[in-house]
Amino acid sequence: MADTIILEVERFHPERDTEPSYQSFEVPLRADWMVLDALNFIKDQLDGSLAFRWSCRMGICGSCGMTINGVPKLTCETLLMDFAPGPVRVGPLDHFPVVKDLVVEMDDFMAKLQKVRPWIVRKDDFKPQREFIQTPAQLEAFHQFSLCINCTLCYAACPVSGLDSNFIGPAAIALAHRYNLDSRDQGQEDRLDIISQHEGIWDCTVVGECSTVCPKGVDPSLAIQQYKLTATKEWFKSFLLPRGKN
Amino acid sequence: MPQYTTFQPKPYRPRMSAYWYLDQWHYLRYALRESSSFFVAYFCVITLIQIATLKAGPTHYAHFQALMRCPVIIILNALALAFILLHAVTWFLLVPRVALRQVLNRPTPDLIASTPNFMVWFGATLIVALFILGVF
Repeated sequence: MADTIILEVERFHPERDTEPSYQSFEVPLRADWMVLDALNFIKDQLDGSLAFRWSCRMGICGSCGMTINGVPKLTCETLLMDFAPGPVRVGPLDHFPVVKDLVVEMDDFMAKLQKVRPWIVRKDDFKPQREFIQTPAQLEAFHQFSLCINCTLCYAACPVSGLDSNFIGPAAIALAHRYNLDSRDQGQEDRLDIISQHEGIWDCTVVGECSTVCPKGVDPSLAIQQYKLTATKEWFKSFLLPRGKN
Repeated sequence: MPQYTTFQPKPYRPRMSAYWYLDQWHYLRYALRESSSFFVAYFCVITLIQIATLKAGPTHYAHFQALMRCPVIIILNALALAFILLHAVTWFLLVPRVALRQVLNRPTPDLIASTPNFMVWFGATLIVALFILGVF
């Protein structure tokens, strides 16, 4: 087997280029190297101007998400050897504006995330004197959705996110659902008003790729479909018992 | 006057191709699943026409049967059947997965969650087949 592999990296300079192009780099093919290691090799040894994000190198921070051979993946968890003999095509995450090379603009995602209030909302004057005890069943209800690391691979895999920039998107809805299912939270009603709009859950056409590409095993598609059922039930309740709401 | 210019980034905003569903097999599979709804509507219209001609009398129904024997219609019906099978299988795999999880509140394997739907489907098919074969 060859001891090197070709990496075709998407390059874009915001002050020079009108659109991205690919640049090829020959990097060592080592059994224990991830794609991120190859990108760091390029940055350190071949071309210091290459821009990309990374931090923890262990699939926790979610900052090194990129499109590898057309599939959104965390580069720190993707073995270079899996693509031998190559070439490996690395690009920025799809459906996001490209700031430079492999770095994408996350402002829109951050705004959407904030909109769904992904934190514990209390409506009463609750001042905990000790930890809020939850049963294993109560924890199990939201646990898988709490594993989301905001890597936005699900947005890159979702064609609806690409076609409709107003779509709130899989991760934000999954995180909203996580707090809705939390026994400590009282913000379900506020979130439902935001998420049950057309740009929320009803924009989703169940492609299901968000759940397939998630590196943490979160199932955003399930969260969205569960939310659809909840929204439908709430609509029927408000329709049949219009005065039932306080 | 300062001798520098402030950084004015102009992010590149990629546009999705009109043929995005041809990029990957799973997107194409999704597009086929969605387009299979057209063939469901087609079969509904055919069934409604069949009932109307049956009601109109034997001559009209004979014309309908003659039309159905036309090679173009046979090919179209075979294609429609393939798409309807795709439609049924993909939705049977999807719907109970969500519905059952809602009830059981825990992850359920797709195939196990879908089994009751498939069993009802095969049961109904068997009853219709026995009816057509004249067992009842």
